[in-house]
Amino acid sequence: MTVAQLPPVVAAPQANRRRWPKPTLLIGLALLLLLLVAALVPKVLAPFSPTDFDYEAILQAPTSKHPFGTDNFGRDVLSRVIYGTRIDLQIALFTTLFPFLFGTLLGAVTGYLGRWSDALVGRLADLVVVFPFLVLVIAIVAVLGPGLTNMYIAVSAVGWVSYWRLTRGEVMTQKKAEYAQAGRVLGYSPSRILFRHLLPNSVTPAIVYLMTDMSLGILLGASLGYLGLGAQPPTPEWGVMVADGKNFMATAWWISTFPGLALTLAGVTFSLIGDGLADALRPRA
Amino acid sequence: MILTKTREPALMEIHGLTKTFPVRQSLLSRWRGQPVRKVQALTDVHLSVQRGETLGIVGESGCGKSTLARTLVRLYDADSGEVRYEQLDVLGLRGAALRQYNRRVQMIFQDPYSSLNPRMTVGQVLREALSVHKMRPPETQDARVQELLALVGLPPQAAGRLPHEFSGGQRQRIGIARALALEPECLIADELVSALDVSVQAQVVNLLLELQERLGLTVLFVAHDLRLVRHLSHRVAVMYLGRVVEVASTEAMFTQPKHPYTQALLAAAPTLDPSRRTAAPAITGELPSPLNVPSGCAFRTRCPHAFDRCAVERPALRTVSQNGGSGQEVACHLYDPASDPARALTSGLQPLPAQVPQ
Amino acid sequence: MTGVPVNSGDAALTQAAPQRWGSADAPLLQVRDLNVRIPTPAGELHAVRGVNFDLKNGEVLGLVGESGSGKSVTLRALLRLHRAPVKMSGEVSYAGENLLTMPESRLRSVRGGQISMIFQEPMTALNPVLTVGDQIVENLNEHRNLRGRAALERAADLLDLMGIPSPKARLADYPHQFSGGMRQRAMIAIALASEPRLLLADEPTTALDVTIQDQILRLLLKLRSELNMSIILVTHDLGVIAQTCDRVAVMYGGRLVETATVQDLFRRPLHAYSLGLLQSLPGAGQHRRPLQPIPGGPPNLLSLPPGCPFAPRCAFVTEACLGAEPPLVEVAPGRLSACVHFDRLPPLGEAVSGEEGAR
Ligand SMILES: Nc1ncnc2c1ncn2[C@@H]1O[C@H](COP(=O)(O)OP(=O)(O)OP(=O)(O)O)[C@@H](O)[C@H]1O
Ligand SMILES: Nc1ncnc2c1ncn2[C@@H]1O[C@H](COP(=O)(O)OP(=O)(O)O)[C@@H](O)[C@H]1O
Ligand code: SF4
Ligand code: SF4
Ligand SMILES: [Mg+2]
Ligand SMILES: [Mg+2]
Repeated sequence: MTVAQLPPVVAAPQANRRRWPKPTLLIGLALLLLLLVAALVPKVLAPFSPTDFDYEAILQAPTSKHPFGTDNFGRDVLSRVIYGTRIDLQIALFTTLFPFLFGTLLGAVTGYLGRWSDALVGRLADLVVVFPFLVLVIAIVAVLGPGLTNMYIAVSAVGWVSYWRLTRGEVMTQKKAEYAQAGRVLGYSPSRILFRHLLPNSVTPAIVYLMTDMSLGILLGASLGYLGLGAQPPTPEWGVMVADGKNFMATAWWISTFPGLALTLAGVTFSLIGDGLADALRPRA
Repeated sequence: MILTKTREPALMEIHGLTKTFPVRQSLLSRWRGQPVRKVQALTDVHLSVQRGETLGIVGESGCGKSTLARTLVRLYDADSGEVRYEQLDVLGLRGAALRQYNRRVQMIFQDPYSSLNPRMTVGQVLREALSVHKMRPPETQDARVQELLALVGLPPQAAGRLPHEFSGGQRQRIGIARALALEPECLIADELVSALDVSVQAQVVNLLLELQERLGLTVLFVAHDLRLVRHLSHRVAVMYLGRVVEVASTEAMFTQPKHPYTQALLAAAPTLDPSRRTAAPAITGELPSPLNVPSGCAFRTRCPHAFDRCAVERPALRTVSQNGGSGQEVACHLYDPASDPARALTSGLQPLPAQVPQ
Repeated sequence: MTGVPVNSGDAALTQAAPQRWGSADAPLLQVRDLNVRIPTPAGELHAVRGVNFDLKNGEVLGLVGESGSGKSVTLRALLRLHRAPVKMSGEVSYAGENLLTMPESRLRSVRGGQISMIFQEPMTALNPVLTVGDQIVENLNEHRNLRGRAALERAADLLDLMGIPSPKARLADYPHQFSGGMRQRAMIAIALASEPRLLLADEPTTALDVTIQDQILRLLLKLRSELNMSIILVTHDLGVIAQTCDRVAVMYGGRLVETATVQDLFRRPLHAYSLGLLQSLPGAGQHRRPLQPIPGGPPNLLSLPPGCPFAPRCAFVTEACLGAEPPLVEVAPGRLSACVHFDRLPPLGEAVSGEEGAR
């Protein structure tokens, strides 16, 4: 019997069925696009400058001229919210990207190597999580001094632990899968098995968490701004704006409310994307 | 260390291979100082594999077949023992030498679903194998991928597809193609077709037979399907609770099984002839736990012929006849001339109805 | 397509089949035009397509076929175990009543009472937080109205019948304290507590070792004759069929394509698919010679070809097979086949029928 006589192989039935992204992902991406436009070209959208004082129009309720009203310096709240997008997206990105990269990489390596490297990093992680997240970040910023850069450093020093946990656990599961063992039997090097095979199959939870974490990052930036440890006035930052408006809550609710809504919108955007990505990144089976 | 054999030198020689898995214990029992419990997965296994032959390895689940296969390709580290592959001391290999050995001795996995990276196309899988071991210069790799696909009977378009787009039988072919990409000398197939339907099984079995013929492969065929092992193997080793209890040529094993366990195993396998039914089971009792292997002969708790010596002394594998040229080795005190002469039988034991599956 | 006597020389052998329960009896179970439709994202999956069969008192019927052919779905439909949105239609008459339409309350007394079911994976079918004894007693309460000491004693008797040593003591054990084979025995004990007339067994031994499988199959046969119950045994292992069943129904693509007594089927299959299955087994040919596989793979139930569903893989296919789907009709006394060319199929290769020669 020769190979030519091998029975014909039927084509797999589901071969060419494409999977469309879920609507949540599409909505999330549309909202993100809106946020990006606001962040990159705020001039186009904003009717006024975010920092110009207008003492003629202090604490005005929403009107057709100032749809979100004005604050105690007469600044247009809509414009400030729009200009705030850039700084808040930046905060969302920088408070999560470094922890994500660092934590995921470390998680992959220690999850794969195990033994002492894993134990060592595990102790370190325990040390970090003993303290409440915010308390630790505040403590570090207090030592380094206020400002966005120091805030990023502080958050990165603490935030990697979650990513490390997620990726480490996933890699430890995946390395028992037969395709990983097959890689060893095929004589592949450990780094190839780890980075080419295990990591792509293990990184999904971390990416999904990254999206949730971005909304948390904005809130964190807001909290720190509120405490005066993050973005410094007069930078239009949503958290700082919420904090500034709180004294006027009873008389001028719009000052805090609209930046608060913007925060929520950004949070929802990231959650939708995270949810959609989780689905899209799942390997088909 | 190495027993000198009179036969031509074997391709692979396994001596005294032992492998245990420690069992996870609660902190409490560790604190109480209870000894670490161990699964006895392989105990003092001796085997040799001749170049170009198919050696079947059979036994019930948990008897150590997969552990043996995985230890031979160094997925597990043995506790003790020796494995020689030609001149190589396999258990001592490290780094590049180990990867080189793995190129020559390939394993194909049981589960066609989990043994392929779900995110890599078949073409990527094969090309990776070719480039890591520099089997072909990059510019001819695509052509080689096509050759390999043709070799295992997959269509050329398969290269661009992901594993989930294939059926179980097709995935098993991909696994075979990946192993063959490295042009190995020896294939270890662990339950290669167990997950497949019979009609598809036959397709893959034919592929294996043909490739072996064409490429002169040595094959370790690990399976629990006796009918299949009988069809494919030149020689067969039977395992029970981590030990090899009998090794013989296929002919001898299936027509004159000598070890009481082999006899029971063959009698228990359902034959395809409805007119040959028995009312009583071939053997009673359950497999003992591998955490608590009986002393002496591991089979004595179920063996209808057990006698006092069986409880105290572990029977060694000894050659009891020259059946089929390569000798029939059995680990049972019944065949030891030093046993009580009333019990010892030097040959031709037929105490159980030697019902043999066809 | 009229019935043609097939290898009439074998009549004596056919009659040697177990006939203790006489074929004159009215059937215990009559299945007519059973259909199961499962909605899926890719369209409605017609998993069981018009299945008909009768089951006699005390008979062991084997249901065999490739993975995905619809064996388990059929078995579950007999007890109306599918839930919406899965749709079942047709008739499953048991003691004159249609199980598919009877009220839920009435059905509950039939389920587990008159008809019991055992599954492939005993650990998932046993409740891990109740002792084995509790679970047997529960069934005795429910269906036999036995309570207290009487129930416990009966439970111990049942374990004993299953061949579990020191049954009284083992009643207090939890399922995880049992080995795989013992769990399967425990599950059978629970299923049999109500003394059912019919036992549905879905691959009861597939997860077990061959020596334990042998024990369980012999046990089922012993129980069948002691308790005079019928069994439907789903399996993909033709050896298990040959060693256990009286009659076989071969399933392909959601339909029965052949039914016959075991002796008849293994002697001379009358459907090209049954023939292909038997011929693809190792042992049919010579040592290390190529096997005879069935080309291709199982059909996709979402897009079945018109005509005979086996046609794309069949070596005997002709124009006649491609029109309408061939019905399952009587082609010889007591034998049904849905193959247009049942009378043109060659006999099984020498090796399978003449086993002795194969060695
Ligand atoms: N809940 C479900 N949802 C969708 N499809 C299903 C479902 N249950 C079964 N099917 C499909 O119905 C068909 C028959 O399945 P079934 O489980 O009866 O096969 P089987 O013959 O028992 O196979 P096996 O030998 O693998 O157990 C298959 O195509 C299966 O994929
Ligand atoms: N990675 C492992 N960790 C712990 N025990 C294992 C592991 N692999 C196998 N075992 C145990 O070793 C014994 C032999 O297993 P295995 O070689 O897989 O048997 P087989 O392939 O013959 O079914 C079994 O008792 C099994 O539970
Ligand atoms: S050594 Fe003893 S117990 Fe073991 S198989 Fe032989 S007779 Fe039986
Ligand atoms: S009806 Fe035709 S296609 Fe179908 S099994 Fe019979 S011969 Fe083959
Ligand atoms: Mg195994
Ligand atoms: Mg099933």
